[in-house]
Amino acid sequence: MNILLGSLTLWQRELVRFFRQRSRIVGAFGSPVVFWLLLGSGIGRSFTLPSPEGTMNYMEYFFPGTIVLILLFTSIFSTISIIEDRREGFLQSVLAAPVPRSTIVLGKVTGATTLALIQGMVFMVLAPFVIGVSPTAVLITLVILGLVAFGLTALGYVIAWSLDSTQGFHAIMNLFLIPMWLLSGAVFPASGAPVWLQWVMTVNPVTYGVAAVRWSLYGTSTYAALGGPAPARSLAVIVLFGIAMFVTALAVTHRR
Amino acid sequence: MHAVEVENLTHYYGERKALSDVSFQVDEAEIFSLLGPNGGGKTTLFRILSTLLLPTEGAARIFDLDIGTDSSRVRQQIGIVFQNPSLDIKLTVRENLVHQGHLYGLHGGTLRSRIDEMMGRLKITDRASSLVETLSGGLRRRVELAKGMLHHPKLLILDEPSVGLDPGARHDLWQYLESLRDSEGVTILATTHLIDEGDRSDHVLILNQGLVVGSGTPRALKQQIGGDIIALTSKDPEVLSRKIADTFDLKPTVLNGSVRIEKTSGHEFIAKLIEAFPGTIDSVTLAKPTLEDVFIDRTGHRLWEES
Repeated sequence: MNILLGSLTLWQRELVRFFRQRSRIVGAFGSPVVFWLLLGSGIGRSFTLPSPEGTMNYMEYFFPGTIVLILLFTSIFSTISIIEDRREGFLQSVLAAPVPRSTIVLGKVTGATTLALIQGMVFMVLAPFVIGVSPTAVLITLVILGLVAFGLTALGYVIAWSLDSTQGFHAIMNLFLIPMWLLSGAVFPASGAPVWLQWVMTVNPVTYGVAAVRWSLYGTSTYAALGGPAPARSLAVIVLFGIAMFVTALAVTHRR
Repeated sequence: MHAVEVENLTHYYGERKALSDVSFQVDEAEIFSLLGPNGGGKTTLFRILSTLLLPTEGAARIFDLDIGTDSSRVRQQIGIVFQNPSLDIKLTVRENLVHQGHLYGLHGGTLRSRIDEMMGRLKITDRASSLVETLSGGLRRRVELAKGMLHHPKLLILDEPSVGLDPGARHDLWQYLESLRDSEGVTILATTHLIDEGDRSDHVLILNQGLVVGSGTPRALKQQIGGDIIALTSKDPEVLSRKIADTFDLKPTVLNGSVRIEKTSGHEFIAKLIEAFPGTIDSVTLAKPTLEDVFIDRTGHRLWEES
């Protein structure tokens, strides 16, 4: 009982705080969209991929990767608040409350996942104009986005819980999280990359998130023409990654 | 039943011993102060009693519940006011209290009326919708108190509650603590490094370097000192101290450039001193012992001084 009420209240706190800090909305949503517009327009015609409907331009190719970047940024900026909660003192009163520590994980991860999903949905409004998707495809995509956001948020939580400064988190983000996204097939397809990079992309969990979003947005035939991990495999990796990260988050929270 | 029972508590941070074999009991409905200098072990004890830290050795019970094995029930019984703020400054006063209530299992109408009641008692009702970041330090401390008392705890634990408060706000704080004790029978346990707060308590435990160096009512502690405190200033306090020791068979101490003597019937003794050492004493003060004198008596240094 207490764990549900506690998680719900922490979830709500995440949302209220987020919408009160406008710079966070701009940071997490604005930058990926700017990347998409600039890179998409700039690279435009110099990039072509075969597709059943002829060729695919870069704005279309880069669209799924941009959504995943929005999820990644929102997850990071939401979980980074654990460090602030610890430093500013809010966390100590939650730790001293008569609720299990899993309440904190549950509240934070579901809160950040919700925020990431909301931001992803806002960008999805553009999908029909860029790619031409059916309402069913949009629904399936949202489910996939939720799963991907959950895994990324739990990953962000695990990193943030053990850190004492937001600077440390930014360093990890630049050295580890952004490269994970760059090497996920979001920016370029694995098919043209050197073999060693293809290996990195195969073991990178984000690859499967981007692939699943790509599959649900493009439809099976276009996705197949592009090449990439099988949709069922992508979904399995996303779900397993989410579970693994959430369990790790519970474990680190009970330890410190 | 005692509100708090601490038995042979010892705590190490790595190699450093922060608490050394501390034992004491707190009666129900009393104000109990943990008095000592910074680094004396007060905050470690606070963290152990608020279930945030498990002691290396020893046991502590709150209303007969063990803090280690029964921490979740202990948490329901205690309210905590941290030295560092625990409020979310991006939320309003009411929002902070709502979240706190939910974490303690309160909700709906019960929670709403309890929040209104607490805001009324602490006179923050008109700031209910203000973001905490816009409040002064004194107001924030009142919100912290409302937060700590929201779930009707029988024991309120506070870590240096008056740090950063002006004298008026400190007065309000103590008046509120006394009213909690008197009207609701709440037990109060507060750490402090301020002598006058020790004096306002029912019981004082003096901690120095992790050791209990004194325990009792402020009155009893002060009575253990033999009579009055005489402080003398002189051009050469060390020499004067030695001379007094030789002449009167006393053990004066030299602290911060003045010679300090504990003596019954101090006023009579002062005349003898002046006669015995004409011209060497620049000034004399006579005072009743304070808790600071108790601390000096037990440790050989002032509360604020590094040992």
